[in-house]
Amino acid sequence: MNIHAGRVQTAAETALMDVYVSKMTALPGNTAVVSARDLAVDALKTAGLPTRRVESWHYTDLRNLLRAIPAGSETPSADTKPLVKGSSILSVTDGVAEGGQAGEGVTVTRIAAKLEDGSFAKALVSRGTDDAIGMINTALVSDGYHLDIADGAALALPIEVQFAADQDSHTRLAIKAGKGAKATIIERHIGGDAFVSAITHLTVDDGAEITLIVDQERSAGAVHLGQMNVWIGKDAKLVVFVMNSGGKLVRQEVHVAVKGEGSDFKLRGINLVGGDAHIDVTMTLTHEVANTSSTEVIRNVVTGRGHGVFQGQIKVFPGAQKTDAKMACNTLLLSDEGEFSTKPELEIFADDVQCGHGATVREVEPQHLFYLMTRGIPETIARGLLVKAFVAEIIEELEDEALVEALETRLSDWLEKNA
Amino acid sequence: MLEIRNLHARIAGTETEIIRGLNLSVKAGEVAAIMGPNGSGKSTLSYILAGRDDYEVTEGEILYNGESILEMDPAERAAKGIFLAFQYPMEIPGVATLEFLKVAMNSQRKQRGETELKVAEFIKQVKEAAASLEIDFNMLKRPLNVGFSGGEKKRAEILQMKLLAPKLCILDETDSGLDIDALKIVSDGVNSLRSPDRAVLVITHYQRLLDHIVPDTVHVLYKGQVIKSGDKSLALHLEANGYADVIGEAA
Repeated sequence: MNIHAGRVQTAAETALMDVYVSKMTALPGNTAVVSARDLAVDALKTAGLPTRRVESWHYTDLRNLLRAIPAGSETPSADTKPLVKGSSILSVTDGVAEGGQAGEGVTVTRIAAKLEDGSFAKALVSRGTDDAIGMINTALVSDGYHLDIADGAALALPIEVQFAADQDSHTRLAIKAGKGAKATIIERHIGGDAFVSAITHLTVDDGAEITLIVDQERSAGAVHLGQMNVWIGKDAKLVVFVMNSGGKLVRQEVHVAVKGEGSDFKLRGINLVGGDAHIDVTMTLTHEVANTSSTEVIRNVVTGRGHGVFQGQIKVFPGAQKTDAKMACNTLLLSDEGEFSTKPELEIFADDVQCGHGATVREVEPQHLFYLMTRGIPETIARGLLVKAFVAEIIEELEDEALVEALETRLSDWLEKNA
Repeated sequence: MLEIRNLHARIAGTETEIIRGLNLSVKAGEVAAIMGPNGSGKSTLSYILAGRDDYEVTEGEILYNGESILEMDPAERAAKGIFLAFQYPMEIPGVATLEFLKVAMNSQRKQRGETELKVAEFIKQVKEAAASLEIDFNMLKRPLNVGFSGGEKKRAEILQMKLLAPKLCILDETDSGLDIDALKIVSDGVNSLRSPDRAVLVITHYQRLLDHIVPDTVHVLYKGQVIKSGDKSLALHLEANGYADVIGEAA
């Protein structure tokens, strides 16, 4: 059987190659970058878009789901008001960074410049043969930001990196948080029915305390392929908070390497899956050294014909004793046609660890509903309160009140439209 | 105010009949106690009055102010003035108690065609009611009943009752899990609501609560029927002699 030669390119695969051919001469990059792009394109041609036969894409058959590349629009549609008032804003519009500053202690460089001088070439490596997002993005990446947060810098207000897209947008965000640095970074994805890939690299150095919010609220026809690659150092604390409330086909990968003892990682995820959206959050996490902890809590609300996915893989390396890792995925299924797929995986190679996972899928608790109704709250309002509470519980873990309020507003807006 | 006639009810989807021909009449201004041994149908009766759909009424009628409530959902019944203080109040994570109280009060006002409460007026009412029940206002910023002690939950139920000012108050084993001091606070809360246009149905195992909330009538429930009715001396008789002779008399 000849797999490669016999494979027929799908319309979307052909369109992707056409986009590359039409853009390749205009894309920034020195020779090292160009050869990385060529490698990625070749790899993508060989493998094709992943199907459900590729294990890591089992519930998100990209080849089947990505029927066409959204055409995009010339008209900007995004509301660019920051999520939190007073944040430093760094804008990227349709894949082009505006440039700018993010306050004292933060050095901002455009990724386009780092592609031109080749200093970003080493980041353009594939995670493996199933790394479709890495390949697509490496082939097409045009710009983004590199943020260097100085050792000991403590930022009072968040940095909001705003990725607004109404046309193809392929970007990178690289964040280096120095020793003992404290910051909240909001990676915000807004705009219309465009085709988007966005990769984030985050290094959290020793003793740093970082919160990274990924707020994806694109329009209902958008394709969003996100990936985050995280490195955590000694005694560092990282909270990654992912909230998906838009898009038609969404995959957000979170790959985390816990490299330093005494560190703590938290993943909090909210997937609001309505209409005919397909939203996938896939995490891989490696506890590589002793005495580290992590918790992952994913809350999903599914309505309409939405399909949500969470895959969570935790690996505990030999010698990573006293690892404490707990993962939970809870879903409220509000329609008969909605669907949620969840796959937890634990691979443990150390003998003195605590690891656990749990998953629930249910409707609104009838006893809770009854209780609220006996106080005179009509059924629809009572239901709304309970659904909101289910998700808000996770949002309220964030300490920044302005951020909590902004995300809860986003949640309420979504519920009003979808539930 | 409340007229229950030949009520039969079973657990929905089963043949298990819990209420078997129950008759009960409670007048405005009256405090009626329902007593009975375990499994006699006391809690079931309270749930049926509140409108829980786990139970199915197969025969008979429940009239509230002359109107059948059987087709009304729990929220409609509440807006008409029926309130159930739960034996085991639900813990609801993520819903702040204050927010819940505001939504509940305004929902009822809306269903009655009244305007929403102004925030300042709402806070004032809650603060007053909370103080009278010795509830720390800060506790109300926490999620509804989550992490509340047994006594705090029962006081929170009475707080809701005070704020919603229902016309028919049903107290399901409100004394269970209360120490003497809490029992006193809760009973005072209930007594403060006694009025000529309001009826209270007190469901309890023990005479103890009835020392504090003195009933006008006492009804003994057994196997889903009221088998004996009397005044408060009936409760004392039960306390002294147990249910056996009353049950024997009826049989």
